Amino acid sequence: MKILVCISKTPDTTSKIAFTDGNKKFDETGVQWIINPYDEWYSLVRAIELKEKDAAVTIHLVTVGGADCDPIIRKALALGGDEAIRVNSDSTDSYFIAAQIAEVAKKGGYDLIFTGKEAIDYNGASIGGMVAELVDIPYVSLATLFELNGTTATITREIEGGEEVAEVSLPVVVSCQKGVAEQRIPNMRGIMAARTKPLQVVEPVAADTLTSVVNFELPPAKAGVKLVDADNVAELVRLLHEEAKVI
Amino acid sequence: MSVLIFVDQTENHIKKASYEVLTYGAQVAKQMGTTAEALVLGTVNDDLASLGKYGITKVHQVANESLNHVDTQLYAKVIAEAVTASGANVLIFSHNQTGKAVAARVAARLKAGIVTGACALPDTSNGFVVRKTVFSGKAFANISINSPVRIISLNPNSYQTVAGEGTAEVSALNVAVDASKVKITAVNKVSGEVPLTEADIVVSGGRGLKGPENWGILLDLAKELHAATACSRPVGDAHWRPHHEHVGQTGVQIAPNLYIALGISGAIQHLAGVNRSKVIVVINKDPEAPFFKAADYGIVGDLFEVVPKLTEEIHKMKAS
Ligand SMILES: Cc1cc2nc3c(=O)[nH]c(=O)nc-3n(C[C@H](O)[C@H](O)[C@H](O)COP(=O)(O)OP(=O)(O)OC[C@H]3O[C@@H](n4cnc5c(N)ncnc54)[C@H](O)[C@@H]3O)c2cc1C
Ligand SMILES: Nc1ncnc2c1ncn2[C@@H]1O[C@H](COP(=O)(O)O)[C@@H](O)[C@H]1O
Repeated sequence: MKILVCISKTPDTTSKIAFTDGNKKFDETGVQWIINPYDEWYSLVRAIELKEKDAAVTIHLVTVGGADCDPIIRKALALGGDEAIRVNSDSTDSYFIAAQIAEVAKKGGYDLIFTGKEAIDYNGASIGGMVAELVDIPYVSLATLFELNGTTATITREIEGGEEVAEVSLPVVVSCQKGVAEQRIPNMRGIMAARTKPLQVVEPVAADTLTSVVNFELPPAKAGVKLVDADNVAELVRLLHEEAKVI
Repeated sequence: MSVLIFVDQTENHIKKASYEVLTYGAQVAKQMGTTAEALVLGTVNDDLASLGKYGITKVHQVANESLNHVDTQLYAKVIAEAVTASGANVLIFSHNQTGKAVAARVAARLKAGIVTGACALPDTSNGFVVRKTVFSGKAFANISINSPVRIISLNPNSYQTVAGEGTAEVSALNVAVDASKVKITAVNKVSGEVPLTEADIVVSGGRGLKGPENWGILLDLAKELHAATACSRPVGDAHWRPHHEHVGQTGVQIAPNLYIALGISGAIQHLAGVNRSKVIVVINKDPEAPFFKAADYGIVGDLFEVVPKLTEEIHKMKAS
């Protein structure tokens, strides 16, 4: 059983969001980089749990990114991945990234491919579906539970207004979110072991880039809160009705 | 050349988010001097000709029952064929759960550039540039799509639905549908409640409510407003409320007209899920709570006193 876990690098959730170069580039000054929370907390941990239950499971990690992704990948290895592949490219185009992951996936012959629900920087929620299409296998999105029984996966997934339970034979691509697993902290042994685990760097294959960022913008600042006295709740209701017109 | 809009349905009914994308798509078509057409998969009980009211000239339907459920592999194939058959060069989805499952897969199949989470009409004056929210609502990016077919998925609640007059031509589309490799063994719809991502008003509670036994005052307020209910992450984690109610960076992202936060501090990760709301009301006893900085209206006070009064005042206002 071979599992491929897609790992992306994102700014820490509390990072100050600012732009440089005439708003064309994300300002990385002082930014703390982390593993995208959906990748770390849910998909990677679930893969590790499957390996803990069955020693025949191997976990490979893949990231498409520059050398600045290596500390992130090492951290993911410290949590419990066996080997990592970094495709050396700074592209932010989803199709290009998915094409790279699909290439790794086809070569490695994985039974299961995990992605996060979305990367918290560009919020694409796209890579999983694209990889599945390029590899031509089923894709189950927004999983909240994942169970494996031999070669059949039972997945609870979020749908409009509820959830459904899907059964699918491997191989499959699954995008993971809250519920699939619980966050873990890497331990010292894991961190030491990660130093010697293989991290293979490969060059990207040719693929089209279909989108490009023109520029970024910050939202206009809020006008400021209008405070209403706790003894005058009726005034709040009036404002919501007459001024904001939302009730 | 045309704009094709994917119409989402559940249980044979068209979803609210779909009317929004139909209106949006019709406007995109107008802007590009072309027609707006719609695509419906599966069997639907609603009158499809009436989609003309949203500016749609033609509705393509693949009335195959095996499409009543979303299987991304089947959907991608069928939608890609519909794009080719209708000669569309722009394809539009809602960025709801269905759109998140399907749109990117269709994009890979058609080798079409995609922008998910769009929040405004594309700029088609010079190329095709789509504005989207990034960094969980903390910024916007303008993205140029450089492929012949372009795909947009629109953030729910970011475009005003407008219904006018008109009738659309309904046309059956014959597409072979493969057998599904995904077997659905159970469907649990949250019945009776307003779905969170579709709600106009959301009332949300945090740790300030102290325990699940205190949720009654929140539910009363929500009922009075016909609102959906949500919660902060620690509340979901502690199982005070079902986890699908948890909003924020790691939970559901919403953009209702009105978001009322009760006893929620307003941590940055919470705001990431709600800061696209049109109007935010915060009730918190701590005047220093960060949420007040992101709010439009607020009351500094004890929610256990303020909330029942608020419910009562709204009731009075509605009765008058
Ligand atoms: C990577 C990451 C991701 C996260 N994702 C999310 C997420 O998606 N969603 C989310 O919500 N959180 C998320 N969090 C957690 C977040 O940082 C906060 O810890 C959380 O939002 C706090 O929840 P709270 O406001 O309910 O509780 P608290 O921070 O404990 O706030 C309770 C508030 O209630 C007020 N209060 C208390 N009693 C009363 C009273 N009687 N009347 C009025 N007000 C009262 C207090 O003044 C306080 O402001 C995440 C954290 C991390 C690190
Ligand atoms: N550059 C990347 N390298 C590897 N995996 C990625 C990359 N970008 C995104 N992913 C994976 O795809 C998921 C969804 O990302 P996105 O579609 O960009 O929102 C992430 O949670 C990752 O698992």
